Amino acid sequence: MTQEKGAGMVDDIRAILAQHGRLSISGSELKDDTDLYQVGMTSHASVNVMLALEAKFDIEFPDRMLKRGVFDSVASIRAAVEELVNGAQ
Amino acid sequence: MTNLEKVAAIGAEVAGPAAASVDREARFPHEAIAALKREKLMSALVPKELGGMGVGMIELCAMCETLGQHCSNTAMVFAMHQIQVACIVRHAASSPYFRDYMKELVEKQFLIASVTSEVGVGGEIRRSICAVELSDGSLKLNKDATTVSYGEHADDLLLTCRRSADAASNDQVMVLARKGDFTLSNVGKWDTMGMRGTCSPPALVSVRGVDAQVIPDFATIISHTKVPFSHILWSGLWSGIAAGAVGRARAFVRQQARANPGTTPPSALRLAEVVSTLQTMRANVHDVAAECEALMNRSDQGTESLTSIGFGLRFNNLKVSTSQLAVQIANQAMLICGINGYKNDSPFSVARHLRDAHSAALMVANDRILATNASILLVLKDG
Repeated sequence: MTQEKGAGMVDDIRAILAQHGRLSISGSELKDDTDLYQVGMTSHASVNVMLALEAKFDIEFPDRMLKRGVFDSVASIRAAVEELVNGAQ
Repeated sequence: MTNLEKVAAIGAEVAGPAAASVDREARFPHEAIAALKREKLMSALVPKELGGMGVGMIELCAMCETLGQHCSNTAMVFAMHQIQVACIVRHAASSPYFRDYMKELVEKQFLIASVTSEVGVGGEIRRSICAVELSDGSLKLNKDATTVSYGEHADDLLLTCRRSADAASNDQVMVLARKGDFTLSNVGKWDTMGMRGTCSPPALVSVRGVDAQVIPDFATIISHTKVPFSHILWSGLWSGIAAGAVGRARAFVRQQARANPGTTPPSALRLAEVVSTLQTMRANVHDVAAECEALMNRSDQGTESLTSIGFGLRFNNLKVSTSQLAVQIANQAMLICGINGYKNDSPFSVARHLRDAHSAALMVANDRILATNASILLVLKDG
């Protein structure tokens, strides 16, 4: 994966979090390692984030990935999405 | 005597005989709780190296079930206390303050009440309005709670609140309030259909203390510990209520059979049916308790698995299923006993069991839990 595509992916993840994450901070304050659950994301919101990610990247998160640690920051979401996108290639 | 045998003796000799008066007078089951304290069972979950018993989920669940057979209120108070202890044992063990507290708990057998509800959050445990105020090492917290079970009878309280005045509503911590450092004023009554002895009116709580009494990260505590322990221990005691009702139906059918040897009473068929349902209910509780204990015993305390949404679904399914079966089974027991089951003053009465069992669907409303599961099933594939 090229750096450009990686950056685009992070922008997409951030856009999805802004729309569905119900975060208490603005997108500009959100760092790649900010704990999303600490800034307001509920379990219910995280499900909507997962659904939006699955639709956007045309992936399905396997059950082994459906745990808190995978969705607790932009960086961890990116790692999971990259794994699935690359795995599909 | 094993711990479970001690609990069984307290159930049969202390909690059971007092159950009718606890229910009728809506009073705290003080004699049974005092007996449990005498056997040092309030610190059953405290690790052995700190002086406790270090019991696991399976044994603790069996204790709740056993108490539930005799007195639902005693079982619920015991279960709720253990859930608070579990939060401390599993999430504050690295704190010197809480290590000392656990040793003191072993010695003095404190009863800890939970204060998670709050006016204005719509029943959502994962939201708080009140916030802990920390300054110069001291702590202040005021909470307007909708229901505080046995607050007046507790030694200490464990409350949820926001981490600070500027924290998000779900950025929560827990605060331990020590006897003498808090005031609790009931601002309503607890006159209910069942579970009358848990004494759970709305209350205003005001706490003073030191900053070491804060346990950070309630988000983690709830998924690792509070939900697993609550749903399993509650399900255990609801199985106990169901078993208590079935026990009366069995005695009733035996009495009918003895009156007319050689003829199986028609009610025996219904008894066979309800005993089978009870077995299914218990198997479900034991299955989840055993799986949970195995995970918690792992070196990583099963953190990864317990926080997966697949496991969350299982805990939720257990709670919804057992809360419904408790009512169904108590009701079947009443139909078997007939008018003797319906009467309050008959030895075969299951009226109290039935009224108590109805609380199960409301303690975290089943619809709220099913809505969570509905959401989980949008992304979970197999688990």
